[in-house]
Amino acid sequence: MKRIGVFICHCGINIKDTVDVERLTQELEDYPGVAYIENYMFMCSDPGQNTIKNAIREHKLDGIVVAACSPTLHESTFQTVLKESNLNEFQLEIANIREQCSWVHNDIEQGTHKARLIIKTAIEKLKLNESLYPVSAPVTKKALVIGGGISGIQAALDIADGGYQVVMVEKKPSIGGHMIQLSETFPTLDCSQCILTPKMVALSKHKNIKLYVNSELESIDGYVGNFNVKIKQKALYVDPAKCNLCDDCTEVCPVLVPNEQEEGLGWRKAIYIPFPQAIPATYTLDVENCLGLEPIACGKCREKCTAEAINYDAKETIIEEEIGAVIVATGFDLYPVENIPEYGYGKYPDVITSLQFERILSATGPTGGEIYRPSDGKVPKEIVFVQCSGSRDPEHHLSYCSKICCMYTLKHAKLYKHKIHNGQPYIFYIDIRAGGKRYEEFVQQAVSEEGIVYIRGKVAKIYKNGDKMIVMGMDTLSGKKIEVEADLVVLAMGIVPSEGSHDLVKTMKINTDDKGFLSEAHPKLRPVESLQAGFYLAGTSQGPRDIPDSVSQASGAASKALILLSSDKIYHSPIIAWVDEDLCSGCTICVGTCPYGARELNQVSKVVEVNEILCEGCGACISACPSGAAQQKNLTDNQIDNMIKIIASGK
Amino acid sequence: MKSGYFPGCTLKTNAKNFEDSAMQIMEILGQPLEEMANWICCGTVFSMTTDDLMLQLSSIRNLLRAENQGYDELVALCSMCYNTLKRAKEFILNDEENLRKVNDFMYKEESTFKGTTDVVHLLSILKDRITFDEIQKKVTKPLKDLKIGAYYGCLLLRPKELAIDDFEDPSIMEELVDTLGGDGIVFPYRLECCGAYQTIIEKDVTIKRTYEIINSAREAGCEALITSCPLCAFNLDQRQKETSEEFLEFSTMPVFYFTELMALAFGIKWNKDWTKLHYVNPEPFLKKKGLI
Repeated sequence: MKRIGVFICHCGINIKDTVDVERLTQELEDYPGVAYIENYMFMCSDPGQNTIKNAIREHKLDGIVVAACSPTLHESTFQTVLKESNLNEFQLEIANIREQCSWVHNDIEQGTHKARLIIKTAIEKLKLNESLYPVSAPVTKKALVIGGGISGIQAALDIADGGYQVVMVEKKPSIGGHMIQLSETFPTLDCSQCILTPKMVALSKHKNIKLYVNSELESIDGYVGNFNVKIKQKALYVDPAKCNLCDDCTEVCPVLVPNEQEEGLGWRKAIYIPFPQAIPATYTLDVENCLGLEPIACGKCREKCTAEAINYDAKETIIEEEIGAVIVATGFDLYPVENIPEYGYGKYPDVITSLQFERILSATGPTGGEIYRPSDGKVPKEIVFVQCSGSRDPEHHLSYCSKICCMYTLKHAKLYKHKIHNGQPYIFYIDIRAGGKRYEEFVQQAVSEEGIVYIRGKVAKIYKNGDKMIVMGMDTLSGKKIEVEADLVVLAMGIVPSEGSHDLVKTMKINTDDKGFLSEAHPKLRPVESLQAGFYLAGTSQGPRDIPDSVSQASGAASKALILLSSDKIYHSPIIAWVDEDLCSGCTICVGTCPYGARELNQVSKVVEVNEILCEGCGACISACPSGAAQQKNLTDNQIDNMIKIIASGK
Repeated sequence: MKSGYFPGCTLKTNAKNFEDSAMQIMEILGQPLEEMANWICCGTVFSMTTDDLMLQLSSIRNLLRAENQGYDELVALCSMCYNTLKRAKEFILNDEENLRKVNDFMYKEESTFKGTTDVVHLLSILKDRITFDEIQKKVTKPLKDLKIGAYYGCLLLRPKELAIDDFEDPSIMEELVDTLGGDGIVFPYRLECCGAYQTIIEKDVTIKRTYEIINSAREAGCEALITSCPLCAFNLDQRQKETSEEFLEFSTMPVFYFTELMALAFGIKWNKDWTKLHYVNPEPFLKKKGLI
């Protein structure tokens, strides 16, 4: 029989006021199995821990029950005490008499009674606990980063600088994401491309980073530290090794396609480099718009290419990689502007989105950084910005705040004012949310010095009158309907998870929230980890955020990944399922029940086995198993029976 | 499918031209309107109150009677009747307790209310069941060179659950005008409030609305307006009298029920009695366009 020590904590007055700890100590002294019992004000303190250590030594204890707070708080503290006393840490049981007892009761009699039952069940469970050792597995020391925006770039650079291999997968022909489209960045108004391109170049030159553009994740198998990944790369019609970037192919290409990089405000050819600083600097042949890969149909670019870099017969390839950790940085898209038909986007060329205005402001944009409106190329003398276009409208559109629009709209208004001094910007807003370092000052300076007019209220409708756009809205401060004449209207669109991320999360089997953003493991304390082990989240894939926050989170995700990659082995709690092979009939009910894919039928022995690394010990298979062959380690049917008997007896 | 026609109060009085013209075009389209028996007030604005079930009873009694008369659906012409009947039905049916209370109260009626009769607007029947292609085949006198603005107001489109078309950007009436050979013009104020019942207590509000809506239509190139709501028609047409007195530069514009223009396009002779129900005499306009 085990010699069990019971240690009851007062937690100051948290427990002691509702649980009579002295009485419990006396009553449980003679309980079968209890060799030693003591109470103390703070068991988690150093003196408290020493009390346990001394008792283990002096009374030759081989099992410990600590009656205190929730095991989520101090279980590991006391496990360390056991380890330091040369006991197996799984000979510890925490009886939670605080959160589940003293905090939820007022009456000391009832509280004491309930604490007594809780401690007894812990003693009964401990009696049958086995000594267990953590499960371990090797770690592949390579990370996969999905998405080549600023978040993905930062995470990849951090991991690569940490000395580990990185594979980056980007769907588009170049990395850079949305940030490369931006003109300037708030609140410092420094040029977005100027601060991003050094990082892009660094990434492309890094010896530890392998970049696949025009590529997507095809499949991912395995488990944390040991993923097998398949990447599908579109056909490389232009061989980057042979291409000398002469641009002759683009010149002869007869096809014009709306340029995605310019948000449709400019044109590109069907064979193109997306933008001057693109990484990698290689040409992409857009098969969907190309007149045909058959030379009979067109073939102009291949005829013209003296370097013979163009190969119409190229095929898509599947690349296989072994990966230890995955960073998901799949970014955002704008909320579909077609969903707000009353704003007239698409009908009126002078109603544009915020990203289109970024391109108009950008020195590399379709107007070379000069502000002209799309319809007739006039300089807009009056410009209206509509904040919360699609955001904070739970009845019709997005319920949430897209977080960045207040600041980027203000940036737009300032940049407009800096270029068109006699122009008048108006901003419709609900609230100004400027919570960020130097953000409020950025707002105040604009309001007091730049002559930007803020109108508090939502816009109901936008229509055209002559060559002016009329913005109809409500000024909620005066309570009046107002109409503002404008030459150009910019809709500050809300942001949603990128379109491609929806399929990707299914491929990776990671969780998203009800809006489609990736779910973090804990909203406050584990914000960069997915609940699925080995997946880390960076940037706007997890929720709306600006560049500083995206970069911080990317570095956070990278450091979490580095912890994993720098471990020789990964360890996993041994409190998992096991199978009694004599009882298992191989019915495979458990295989369908397991949410982690940890159950598999052994085709030879016809018994279902447990993958110890994948098993999270949720217990689903154990309750589903019709023969009782599946058991949880240290939570067997016998242990649960004994615990129920205590509770049922009420004594 | 048995369809019943629900007229409501105005269609028998101030909007008789709406009913007459609708009856005639539906004859031509082969789906004559059959008036339900024993109809009462649709409930009007009162049934929009949601904290007093008594105010839903008029609407629900109509629906219950339609059920008992074996109608699968009730067709409304008046936007207000459509809105109140449909809204009351959803409000009562979607809440078990409401349904129980209303049925308990109506224990003397022939049967309990089950909500088996649908409520549809004539415009939806024209577009979805008869289809505009079929309507086009019946056009003998196309509305050539008629620039017509469709005024929707609120009751066909709000709340969005009841909307007969996209509630922010509808097109059903413009499409209908185009089908009849005219030119359906989208104008900015076509969904703005007409002033509704403010016309009784705050007449000035309505006059200002009328002024803005008609001017908005004229600036967009409209020569006349169509509507499906007798209240809108009253505010936009009859109130042009006071609008002209208030704003001296204001010039009037004829306002039709959409069925009146359909009747003309189908070759039906213009009824002099209809003219009497208009404030702005439409005859000069129709003569100029060669329609009468």
